[in-house]
Amino acid sequence: MPIDKITPSVTEAVQGVKDGMTIMISGFGFAGVPNDLIHGVLDSGAKDLTVISNNAGTGTEGLAALVGSGRVTRIICSYPRSKGSDLFDARYAAGEIELELVPQGTLSERMRAAGAGIGGFFTPTGAGTELAAGKETRMIDGREYVLEAPLRADMALVQAQEADRWGNLLYRKAARNFGPVMAMAADLTVVQVKRIVALGEMDPEAVVTPGIFVDRVVHIDNNREWDI
Amino acid sequence: MSVADLELGVTKLTRPQIARRAAELIPDGSFVNLGIGIPTLAANVMPAGKDVVLHSENGILGVGPTPPEAERDRDLINASKDYVTLLPGGSYCVHSDAFAMIRGGHLDLALLGAFEVAGNGDLANWTTGDRRFPPGVGGAMDLAVGAKAIWVLTDHTTKKGEPKIVNACKYPLTAKGVVKRIFTDLALIDLTEDGLLVREMVPGLTIDALQAVTEPKLALAEDWQELAAA
Repeated sequence: MPIDKITPSVTEAVQGVKDGMTIMISGFGFAGVPNDLIHGVLDSGAKDLTVISNNAGTGTEGLAALVGSGRVTRIICSYPRSKGSDLFDARYAAGEIELELVPQGTLSERMRAAGAGIGGFFTPTGAGTELAAGKETRMIDGREYVLEAPLRADMALVQAQEADRWGNLLYRKAARNFGPVMAMAADLTVVQVKRIVALGEMDPEAVVTPGIFVDRVVHIDNNREWDI
Repeated sequence: MSVADLELGVTKLTRPQIARRAAELIPDGSFVNLGIGIPTLAANVMPAGKDVVLHSENGILGVGPTPPEAERDRDLINASKDYVTLLPGGSYCVHSDAFAMIRGGHLDLALLGAFEVAGNGDLANWTTGDRRFPPGVGGAMDLAVGAKAIWVLTDHTTKKGEPKIVNACKYPLTAKGVVKRIFTDLALIDLTEDGLLVREMVPGLTIDALQAVTEPKLALAEDWQELAAA
């Protein structure tokens, strides 16, 4: 049977999402956010979710809608507060959502480590600060480093530009951001793309995420302008 | 005009003017990250002919100025989530590579904002501890330890007129002893082994008036100049 990761609908693409899952969501600011897939998770009714994303959502749709729904009990991110992050801000102020704040480079490197089978790494980032409190440290060449653990997820929701049926991905401009490392770090990687191309049509020299890291692809070309 | 302005009796630099003065002093050929806030404005005020490569933590090298409204692209934004452009020669990369550039010591300079800077170069810019304002570290800790030099661009005082350049940071630290130079709306100050050295002040400002809104002891450079708004 030929490999075909292309899934006909968002509902089928996010099938299997369950209460208590840890879900990575790509994007930086409003660029590269898989809004249709996020709303698929919202529509599934899954709750007690842990979300891993750089930000915590702005406006009223997408990640902000998921956070605002009360179904996210914990968020792991680097920069939750932005102009328009009111839905997160209110839940945080009320103590209704747990926040694990991770330095941004540590966030993506922990994902890369999880995807690459690395058991942890020492980084100088955060040494001597509150964000390294309780973590093992080591002096390497006279400098203090902090031990950071890999970060994996049950599911990754990623937005990309182009895919084929093997799941090879191309991204567009700065919308690439966390997509490639999240795709590596999750048990089930689901990608929404603006364009599907035939196998062999993508320049193999230009593939950014090889299909081995991708499980499902759904074609979304509605060009909807989300309130995010 | 705020109370502090009236008391000082001088015209402060605007945020783009602070960014412009920093941009003028960036050495040609540098790879430079622009942090959230005043620093990202530097991309719009780069002096003509200056060849520097601007890095954005979300995965861009070769960031150009803000596009006209009709040419905005939702896939092309900077760390402040403002629309930017890509210069010829620019490139995109995965987020983890953007931070390999940062932590790996490949950036010559990072321009960052600050809540507080201490006289010893300690930087605090990620949390005030107030639950109404969730903390946001972003790439600040990576930049603070990774870039070869850190310049801070900030207002000289808080909105209440309290010093942001302090003897010791009250807010939790981003990194220890990393800041080399501070550009404010009043002055350009270098952090040297001998303490804070004022290189430039806005016209009409005296060192005593500047000292009154700065906690650590200031020394005035012999060759100090007026900090002229471009």
